[in-house]
Amino acid sequence: MADREYGIETLCLHAGQLPDPVTGARVPPIYQTAAYVFDSADHAASLFNLQTFGNIYTRIMNPTNAVFEQRMAALEKGRAGVAVSSGMAAQLVALLTILQAGDHVVSAKTLYGGTHTQLAFNFRKLGIDATFVDSDVPDNFAAAITPRTKCLYVESIGNPASNLVDFEAVSEIAREHGLPLIVDNTFATPYLCRPFEFGADIVVHSATKFICGHGTSIGGVLVESGNFPWDNGNFPTMMEPSEGYHGIRFYETFGDFGYTMKARCEILRTFGPTLSPFNSFLFLQGLETLHVRMDRHVENAKVVAEFLENHSAVEWVSYPGLMSSPYFDLVQKYFPKGASAIMSFGIRGGVESCVRFIESVQFLSHLANLGDAKTLVVHPASTTHRQLDEEAQKAAGVQPNMIRISVGLETIEDILWDLDQALDASQKL
Amino acid sequence: MIVDDIQSLRRILKENRTIAMVGLSERWYRPSNFAAKYLQEYGYRVIPVNPNYESILGEKCYPRLEDIADPIDVVDVFQRSEVVVPIAHSAIKCSAKVLWLQLGIFNQEAEELAAQAGMDVVVNRCMKIEHARLFGGLNFIGVDTKVISSTRSTWVS
Repeated sequence: MADREYGIETLCLHAGQLPDPVTGARVPPIYQTAAYVFDSADHAASLFNLQTFGNIYTRIMNPTNAVFEQRMAALEKGRAGVAVSSGMAAQLVALLTILQAGDHVVSAKTLYGGTHTQLAFNFRKLGIDATFVDSDVPDNFAAAITPRTKCLYVESIGNPASNLVDFEAVSEIAREHGLPLIVDNTFATPYLCRPFEFGADIVVHSATKFICGHGTSIGGVLVESGNFPWDNGNFPTMMEPSEGYHGIRFYETFGDFGYTMKARCEILRTFGPTLSPFNSFLFLQGLETLHVRMDRHVENAKVVAEFLENHSAVEWVSYPGLMSSPYFDLVQKYFPKGASAIMSFGIRGGVESCVRFIESVQFLSHLANLGDAKTLVVHPASTTHRQLDEEAQKAAGVQPNMIRISVGLETIEDILWDLDQALDASQKL
Repeated sequence: MIVDDIQSLRRILKENRTIAMVGLSERWYRPSNFAAKYLQEYGYRVIPVNPNYESILGEKCYPRLEDIADPIDVVDVFQRSEVVVPIAHSAIKCSAKVLWLQLGIFNQEAEELAAQAGMDVVVNRCMKIEHARLFGGLNFIGVDTKVISSTRSTWVS
């Protein structure tokens, strides 16, 4: 019988887990254990040498986390995944697996503020440099590549400007230079967009957002496509015996999942950003309804975007799903099911009006998260992107009068009502 | 027959226990050595075929497949694609049931020869990774096994 290619909805519910071999439990058990017994000294040695696959210590692997990792790999149509303690940890682990002091990253300049800070501040302190480019012009990536460059980095939907990137053009540049393209796919989720289908090589996520879906847990995950040719001469640390893991040659030994094995054994193991198995359990619960939630998020977001565009207190709306968006063509190509549910808009009257808006909402939640089942609003200039000065904020797509909204699953008329009354209040002196 | 589906791979891995590994290296960090050690741990007998060594992983090493007196179930090939045809001829002579070509190894002539002789033929897959994919191990390290089922798992530890 030929193997069936299952649809993404089936994968959301089933990928990565079979009923428990001992109890028959249908739901993935929470393996709340730090460690696992070895059968013998030789078994322990084989496990540590990676000659056999099995559980050693939860900092490196855990059976509940493994279900989450495998499900995310399946949903992204990648080869393998590694779960970590946050979205920031996902990008940290993804990057440190291939970067060391002296190396260089070319990144889109429109990024989550924390990511920008990680690259521009923390990585610079480690001797790794980043150049930030306007991703609207793909050739900007090519122009910024130097002999020290090891990867290109973009968000599939930029935070908070909701700008899109022409994946195929950027991944072609990456391929020409023998570099992997790393994509943060948090806003889109694999239900709306799978970057590997457009030439990306590594995907990272903050699982805290739509994957979790209910704002209960912090976590992250990285996934590799299995297609990148690590033996192209640019990545000696994938090929040579690892000084960090007793002489293993990761690409030769593990082939198309050699990158994630290196991430797990060399970076996750020694830096230690391990995900709690309980959080994995909650992410798996979230994933079971990802497809249903994302369809409704998108449906509500379209209505909210059109409402805002026609509101007298709103100066501009940035949502790629709007006909007026410069990214509308890219949505048709890369996001046929919709461009997620996060948008930004400018309130007439500047920062003071934004403050009055934020303080007037009744049930829309003012907090620094997104991708929750509940509708969330935030003023990026004073919160998520506060560490950046005004010039850097502008470069990242943050304007002083910008509100970011993550449209949730409440009754759509109620969402519009709360927005309307808060916008009216924002205009009263 | 050339096979690639989960059901057939499971059957091959369950029904066959003696593997002649052509091109097995003595060096512990080589992929062939990893695979042999792994398969031994799961109860397979791995007979090394390599003219350069006396014995590997506790098993006597033979220069050629034809030199092995014991019956062989699987001929598992860790050699360049260009040299696989004579190995297929030898595998047929030894009445092996399966010709297994490891990752990155393709040879249409050899594949057809073995298939016409009634052997199961597996191409461009690693025997260790397939065992781990279908019987448990890969499920611990986040690799997409592509196994979807509501039947209790029958993993081996």
